[in-house]
Amino acid sequence: MIEFLDQIFVHTKGKLLSPLANAPDWVGHAASSLLNISAMLGVFMALFALMSVLERKILARIQNRYGPNRVGPFGLFQPVADGIKLLIKEDIVPFRADKVVHFLAPIMVAAPTILALGVIPYGRNMTPFAIDGGILFFFAVGSATELAVFMAGWGSNNKFSMLGAMRAIAQMVSYELPLLITVLPVVMVVGSLSPDAIVAAQSGYWFVVTPWGAAAFLLFFVSGLVESNRTPFDVPEGESEIVAGHMTEYSGFKYATFFLAEYFGMFAVSGLAVTLFLGGWQAPIDALQFIPSYFWFFAKLGALLFVFIWIRGTLPRMRVDHVMNFAWKFMLPMAFTCVLAAAIWHYQARGLAGWLWSLGIVLAAYLGLSRVLDTRKNLSARTYRFAE
Amino acid sequence: MSSAAFLVIAILTLAGALAAATLPKLIHAALCLVVTFFGIAALYFFLGAEFVGLVQVFVYVGAVAVLIVFTILLTRRESETTGPFNWGGVVIAVAVFCGLTWAILHTSALPQAAPQIEALTVKRIGEVLMTDYVWPLQCVGLLLTAALLGALVLVMEEKRR
Amino acid sequence: MTTTLSLVLVVSAALFCVGLLAALSRRHAIFILIGIELMLAAANINFVAFWRFGPQPQEPTGVMVAIFSIAIAAAEAAVGLALVIAVYRHYRTIEVDKLDQLKG
Repeated sequence: MIEFLDQIFVHTKGKLLSPLANAPDWVGHAASSLLNISAMLGVFMALFALMSVLERKILARIQNRYGPNRVGPFGLFQPVADGIKLLIKEDIVPFRADKVVHFLAPIMVAAPTILALGVIPYGRNMTPFAIDGGILFFFAVGSATELAVFMAGWGSNNKFSMLGAMRAIAQMVSYELPLLITVLPVVMVVGSLSPDAIVAAQSGYWFVVTPWGAAAFLLFFVSGLVESNRTPFDVPEGESEIVAGHMTEYSGFKYATFFLAEYFGMFAVSGLAVTLFLGGWQAPIDALQFIPSYFWFFAKLGALLFVFIWIRGTLPRMRVDHVMNFAWKFMLPMAFTCVLAAAIWHYQARGLAGWLWSLGIVLAAYLGLSRVLDTRKNLSARTYRFAE
Repeated sequence: MSSAAFLVIAILTLAGALAAATLPKLIHAALCLVVTFFGIAALYFFLGAEFVGLVQVFVYVGAVAVLIVFTILLTRRESETTGPFNWGGVVIAVAVFCGLTWAILHTSALPQAAPQIEALTVKRIGEVLMTDYVWPLQCVGLLLTAALLGALVLVMEEKRR
Repeated sequence: MTTTLSLVLVVSAALFCVGLLAALSRRHAIFILIGIELMLAAANINFVAFWRFGPQPQEPTGVMVAIFSIAIAAAEAAVGLALVIAVYRHYRTIEVDKLDQLKG
């Protein structure tokens, strides 16, 4: 019974494909891929719609007000209203914009994030496309997003768009390095780039409970925040500064596509964080293994997305030079020490000495970096002067 | 191996490359170059070298194409006309292609069918990199560092007195 | 018709010649760099094709050369484009026809 519930989607897919058992090989492959893709898209579109309204409601509650609550029960049909509004808006293209580039940019921003969602294991035997180098595939298609952001800024023929695109690319390129290097300890310890192998290697304990794993998880999470242009790193779409950055000249459904890309990027990065550090679809303790694997995955994904929204509601936007300094001066050295700590932990045969040494190295690096990078502002006591 | 898929990928790649070489507007040519790089990565996947295909997308599309597009932005001229097309280049390219194709089709020692091999895993590539090819790896690291420093020095602005 | 080594080699030869065309017939420096990148990619396809169709058991030599070649091509593109920017700053043009101050 437990195994049936766990593998219910796999069995359903098998039953749906059984009429094609006598067809040639490529028909079976194509049909299987199509089923995987449509299931994945359906689930994540629904999650996108749900999250767009949940984010506004949670942000509103943080700010002591109600969110959207008019459309449907508790405002849950708000995405339908949003979708209709965006679809019937007039699609304005600037007169001297490069039409081909302007049209292709939103598609090219959204496509890599959907591709990246295809290699994440959502449950036992439930990876849409299990490639041997899955993690590398994820980052390879993620790096195509920068080009698309540049296309959006260029194609709009607008100085603010170009400026916003340059800032967005500078931020994304800078944080791609910590994102990659924090994945290296996990890949090194497991010995494989396949997400399925990484999840299977965490059956004892998750990597987040190890010292290097906790540090790497935090760094990966922050880099993921930056890569999806979320507050406090949303300089590219900062409304008060450069209108909407590279998305200024986009109206209607193309604007919605940019936000689809941002949310799907969040899902992809959170999904990868769950796979690499939080044990994928495994239950925390063996006693809870009866709950289906996909439930655990989406529960962990939901927790991470809640933290994304929570951070958005709490922290103000960072200044752009602070963002770059943070990437190059703090996160990159910390990422390298995580690699070193993981290597020492692994080669001490994962015993107590390994745990203590890696904890020591990570803490030493953190304390050293915070002393060295301290700006040593001596702020004097505040004096108040009142009108006489 | 399915030949139809290979022909489709090859035609797409060559069309993208031709567009990248002949389009008058520079930014369109750069975007067609991105399509070509994706096509070449698909060719690598087809030939069974998946890791090379992924590295190709990562390095060429994620880095080289972004560099090219940035440079186009930074060296923009208002009038982007390219002047008369140079037909000598076309003649030379066609001649070279004919020569190469003649040489390929007249070589009798080429194996005709694709043998079945076990898949080349990333683990195997990692092992080989660290044992047989460790010196080239270190040299490539040094080369990349030198290229990074060189590129920085080239575009650094001189200090104004 | 199955995919033979000759077919793959012809495709990569065609890609090489398109790159040659771009490098020879354009006057803009960035187009020449695009042509050079296309030629390098064609050579890489040759290496991987010969590895794939070669004798068994297989050493991954062709694949390793292709990987190193991609890394070196990236470094060369970076330095080449830095050169283009430096030249643009100095001469305000990057048409290679106009860069003829050393002409004898």
